[in-house]
Amino acid sequence: MPLLDIRNLTVAFDTSIGLFKAVDGIDISVDAREVLAIVGESGSGKSVAMLAVMGLLPATATVTADAMTFEGRDLLAMSPGERRAIIGKDIAMIFQEPVASLNPCFTVGFQIEEVLREHLGLTGRASRQRAIELLTDVGIPDPAERLGAYPHQMSGGQCQRVMIAIAIACNPKLLIADEPTTALDVTIQKQILDLLVRLQAEHGMALIMITHDMGVVAETADRVIVQYKGHKMEEADVLSLFERPKSRYTKALLAALPENAVGDRLPTVGDFRFEDELGGAR
Amino acid sequence: MSPVLEVSNLTRDYHVGGSLFRRAHTVHAVKGVSFSLEKGRTLAVVGESGCGKSTLARMVTLIDPPTSGDILIDGEKVDITHGVPKQLRRKVQIVFQNPYGSLNPRQKIGDVLTEPLLLNTDMPAAQRRERAYEMLVKVGLEPEHFNRYPHMFSGGQRQRIAIARALMLNPSFLVLDEPVSALDLSVQAQILNLLADLQDEFELTYVFISHDLSVVRYIADEVMVMYFGEVVEHGSRDAVFGDPQHDYTKTLFTATPRADVESIRARLARKAQLAEVSA
Repeated sequence: MPLLDIRNLTVAFDTSIGLFKAVDGIDISVDAREVLAIVGESGSGKSVAMLAVMGLLPATATVTADAMTFEGRDLLAMSPGERRAIIGKDIAMIFQEPVASLNPCFTVGFQIEEVLREHLGLTGRASRQRAIELLTDVGIPDPAERLGAYPHQMSGGQCQRVMIAIAIACNPKLLIADEPTTALDVTIQKQILDLLVRLQAEHGMALIMITHDMGVVAETADRVIVQYKGHKMEEADVLSLFERPKSRYTKALLAALPENAVGDRLPTVGDFRFEDELGGAR
Repeated sequence: MSPVLEVSNLTRDYHVGGSLFRRAHTVHAVKGVSFSLEKGRTLAVVGESGCGKSTLARMVTLIDPPTSGDILIDGEKVDITHGVPKQLRRKVQIVFQNPYGSLNPRQKIGDVLTEPLLLNTDMPAAQRRERAYEMLVKVGLEPEHFNRYPHMFSGGQRQRIAIARALMLNPSFLVLDEPVSALDLSVQAQILNLLADLQDEFELTYVFISHDLSVVRYIADEVMVMYFGEVVEHGSRDAVFGDPQHDYTKTLFTATPRADVESIRARLARKAQLAEVSA
């Protein structure tokens, strides 16, 4: 049984010009201890699908699915209270802008311990001890001291480490990372990707990486889903995807990588005709 | 041939004012940078945030005056302590990273493109309009876009407009400050192609600021690597990518994600091995 299983997910937004389907009939499933990458350009619906799982979409969004189960339990049918007990504990998420995701008014320590208190009922010395452990685990030097620091006193890379510490605080079974390194420098990106992959292996978590960067996919994923305009274009294990892409859209994306340039012109996605795949991809 | 742009020993310090709680101090953003760039070439400046590459861009674009050092454009020494003379302003143009932030939302595209001519030349209105139409076609847009507003365009189209605006005055060189990092992969390829085509057609000279090594490898003739305000490596693209000398350059290369099949295979093999050891 897959850990997270989504069948025929559609997310529609009510806009002034009518209903807009950001995600249109997508199946996603991820097994325990698997790294799944969802890759696509802006507007492909890659983030929206995961926000639907987390229940973080605004009220204008309508989420429908034939099934959305986590460990066999239906996320859409359960009460908000039951769902809250899972979200943040068994399923955690980190976002693109680490500095903006943390609350500037509270210390890093407070924000980590808040999760521990809410989901695990840890308080006082036990919770502080666990927070130090977590900061050590994500590689922040001098963790006991840093618990008292505010987000603005840390760099972008360190803030992302704190976000990861909060996300893994309750030993989640699934971690969703939405463009976790896009705002960071290359050398810091490498550190954060290595950290995520190490934590995934050590804690036996499943990891969903949402990204637009084929390099990040190549460095982390076991399996890949390629999305375009709310449709799934291709799903394959990482090696087959790079070696023998089936969809013309995937071929176009790989060809547009500057490192794959042949001659002095880059092929652009427009050079590949793939719009007809949109209908067939469902 | 004399270089289009020559920079010698350029430095820039920022004085951070003190307050009740903090002492005033000086940040050395750029510490003595020298290079020269010939017509029709592309120099890529690579480095991480805070390494001074954007400060360098602002100085060669004559936005900020340098603390010390000389800038020579077309062999003439530049002194902007008393404002930038008009004929100099025409020689240098810049394209910024964020195409959403660098266009005025209340200005029609036609006005965006004709404004540099209005401010810097005596060209009559009809001729300005004519030049704007031509330029729109050159950068791959349509003449009917003339009367539209920026919000009606996608990110890639806006970056084309920003490039068109920069080219209106036939500048000696163009500073491109991370021109494709805010764009999707497919759009990025289109803009890089456009820049290459324009360079061929007009013999343009580019100073290309970027943190993305795969883009740099594709577009640059020369590469300059900056680290904490200093140039740690400078050479032809093939020399820097083929045989990096400085430790920091090597660190940058190893940190760049690799998307080729062999690297993926190697990673999966390492992973399988690790799983076996722990099992």
